[in-house]
Amino acid sequence: MSMQEVQETMTDGGIASTPGAGGTQAENPAALANEKPVKIKSRDVNVFYGEAHALKHVDLDIRQHEVTSLIGPSGCGKSTYLRCINRMNDVIDGCRVEGSIQMDGEDVYDPKLDVVQLRARVGMVFQKPNPFPKSIYDNIAYGPRIHGIGSTKSEMDEIVQGSLQRAGLWEEVKDRMDTPGTGLSGGQQQRLCIARAIAVNPEVILMDEPCSALDPIATAKIEELIDELRQNFTIVIVTHSMQQAARVSQRTAFFHLGILVETDETEQIFTNPKDQRTQDYITGRFG
Amino acid sequence: MTDATAPTEGIAIRRPDLSPARVRRRYAAEARFKTYGRLAIAAAVIMLGILLFSIVGRGWTAFFQTQVGIDVFLDPNEIQIERNADGEIVDIDGDFRGLVNDALFALFPNVEERVERRALRNIVTRDAAIELRTAVEANPELIDQTARVWITSSDDIDTYVKGQITGIEAFEVAGVATPTGTSGEIEILTGANDFSHIAAEVTAQLAELAEDRAEAAEAARATAGRLQDDLTGIRGELETSSDADELSRLENQVARLEGQIQSLLSRAEAASRDAEDFRNRAETVGGMEELSNRLPSYLVEINGGLVRLTAVAAERAIGQVLIPLDSAASAQPDDWGLISYVVAESNRRVKDNEVAWIETLRDRGQVQTVFNTPFFTEADSREPEQAGIWGAVVGSFLTLMVTLALAFPVGVLAAIYLEEFAPKNRLTDLIEVNINNLAAVPSIVFGLLGLAMFLNFFGLPRSAPLVGGMVLALMTLPTVIIASRAALKAVPPSIREAALGVGASKVQTVTHHVLPLAMPGILTGTIIGMAQALGETAPLLMIGMVAFIADVPSGFTDAATVLPVQIFLWADAPERAFVAKTSAAIMVLLTFLIFMNAMAVVLRRRFERRW
Repeated sequence: MSMQEVQETMTDGGIASTPGAGGTQAENPAALANEKPVKIKSRDVNVFYGEAHALKHVDLDIRQHEVTSLIGPSGCGKSTYLRCINRMNDVIDGCRVEGSIQMDGEDVYDPKLDVVQLRARVGMVFQKPNPFPKSIYDNIAYGPRIHGIGSTKSEMDEIVQGSLQRAGLWEEVKDRMDTPGTGLSGGQQQRLCIARAIAVNPEVILMDEPCSALDPIATAKIEELIDELRQNFTIVIVTHSMQQAARVSQRTAFFHLGILVETDETEQIFTNPKDQRTQDYITGRFG
Repeated sequence: MTDATAPTEGIAIRRPDLSPARVRRRYAAEARFKTYGRLAIAAAVIMLGILLFSIVGRGWTAFFQTQVGIDVFLDPNEIQIERNADGEIVDIDGDFRGLVNDALFALFPNVEERVERRALRNIVTRDAAIELRTAVEANPELIDQTARVWITSSDDIDTYVKGQITGIEAFEVAGVATPTGTSGEIEILTGANDFSHIAAEVTAQLAELAEDRAEAAEAARATAGRLQDDLTGIRGELETSSDADELSRLENQVARLEGQIQSLLSRAEAASRDAEDFRNRAETVGGMEELSNRLPSYLVEINGGLVRLTAVAAERAIGQVLIPLDSAASAQPDDWGLISYVVAESNRRVKDNEVAWIETLRDRGQVQTVFNTPFFTEADSREPEQAGIWGAVVGSFLTLMVTLALAFPVGVLAAIYLEEFAPKNRLTDLIEVNINNLAAVPSIVFGLLGLAMFLNFFGLPRSAPLVGGMVLALMTLPTVIIASRAALKAVPPSIREAALGVGASKVQTVTHHVLPLAMPGILTGTIIGMAQALGETAPLLMIGMVAFIADVPSGFTDAATVLPVQIFLWADAPERAFVAKTSAAIMVLLTFLIFMNAMAVVLRRRFERRW
């Protein structure tokens, strides 16, 4: 892994100096020193839904062990981009992806790449909590089971408990592991989904508006959780709440009408946006 | 979005119309709609009620069967029992029918005439020998004894006992009656005018009959007249025509017409004579009036015997003894009776002597009605009293097994492929349209397909549940596919995303998550498809499952029939007793259908999961 990381840093350095939508980082040498290696590198990504051009020429780097938030008005393509990373767009009829998305230097859209293995490395949490209509235990154990992790009962118990603990749900559900996951409250269900995602130990977790269906207290819990998870996972989060983006992410990308308008450190974006459209959006003039 | 504030000054503000008239109209419309709905439901419920009432009303008697108890002397000379070394019975042989007949003749020793003896023999089923043999087999120690054995009655007797042939009416009598003998043709004299009302009735009915016959004669003459006109026309043509073929054709026609006219005229003549005869008889008052079998039968019960009246005057009557009298003594008005079998003898299958025997046996406690077990344990038979539904039930079961085994896996797999895996293009669209069309194809077409393919091409056995099941599977497949696809579609996409999101493959997603959630819907659709197949007749007619099968099928390739076809066959049978059997079979079929549909509901309730 370390070798790969070094390589990543080097390639990143090379690309960071080239001009482009993501090129603003190079102008901040102090930040460059602290910068973490790039985990996912997108170049000239275009997505079409049939005739509609949903995502246009997106170049974006997502760094390891950081939370990257994707913001923008509805229909701007941020969810589309997110779903490109673990190829969930494959399921949609008439969806076509062009350009390259590389994870650790490997092309995600390589026809030789096994999409199941990719999704084991890139977990996903959806907008609406969607636990399986099975027991809490089975919800967590399902992923490890199909990927051949935890062959014995005790190993599996360990994985389930560990995942629930990391998702901060263990204390609440440890006495009712056999009750259906659908019986939990909305916030608990979403944390169950996060626990399910981390149970297979992915490298990246994609979150598509994970708090939009939740009340403020549940949202606060999830945000806290995201911050903790940053230690071990690379997280990409789509959000409609700019406060949330400001609170949880280190880096923010602003999308508008299928174009990646601006990407920078979160602080920069919110205090000193370079583009007028970003400025207008974060000050609430449209969106 | 940003500058959405349009100028509003120029636009007039229009408020909603809140007038009471408008509100009233809306309420009236709602009330009307509700009324229509209620009327529709009421109509449906009434129809269903009538249907059930008529079926149950007609069919419930088939669940019971009349038996006649006869005292059979089990003559050891007539019965041969074969035993093996352990003393167990291997085979019983003998003239059981003869024993039954002897017992029947012993009941009414006065019956001597051949025709009458045959009628007496036939008050029990034709399979009486088998029933007696079974009774002996069960109790071999009865041999050399006289035992009361209950034998199933014939279908006509059964129908009579169930009150569907004729009613019996009793009349008040006032005089002292004196018979002139105890058997054969006797005369009964009474002190009062006890028979006068019969004579009057006979006269009235004779007048009516005379009227009828006169009308018939008139009608026949009118037809003959019309034919005569035709004949004249043709004769005219015959004179003018010269073509040889034409001539011979016309001559043939003339000959045929002449024959028709002749027979019509002679029929008219006979009817006229009858009418004249009836009229004369009706007009001669006071004499002996002869009863005919077109009138209700009148009988006199006296001194333990029964006399069927053949001619009556006001104070005396001549009759044929059906049940011998104990003596020729005079009887007080309380001790003798005059009864009538309401339906004329010529209009019923159970004749006066049979009614008399059964009524006598009933008085002696030798007629009983028991639950009709054979109806549920036997296969079809030409004799209604022996016909049962078990053969058809087993046939239906075997057929449905085949249907289920073929239609369920194929249908579900096809649905999963089309719904979850197949690319959406013109080909799959075409397939989808065709599957939907197949569901609307008349079932008899599948029968023809089965006949051409399975029987003629593959040479599979005719009338077999195997082929029936295959044909019904063809018919059920579209239903199963459509229901399964709907059930799969109803599974929320979030579940699929969740599974794909944790790295499940497509097949794992379907088998682990989508299919279990869709299963209740799939099963419901399958059961409804099966119920439809259970009630299907037409395609099975095509592949020979309409044959008369008297054995319960024991395998998939045995000749068999199914419930709806059995109903079809019985509905077609001429015997009166099959009417009740038909309705009873419908009740059995409906029970199965209701059971299957209830199972579908239960499955749906039981396994439905919410998310």
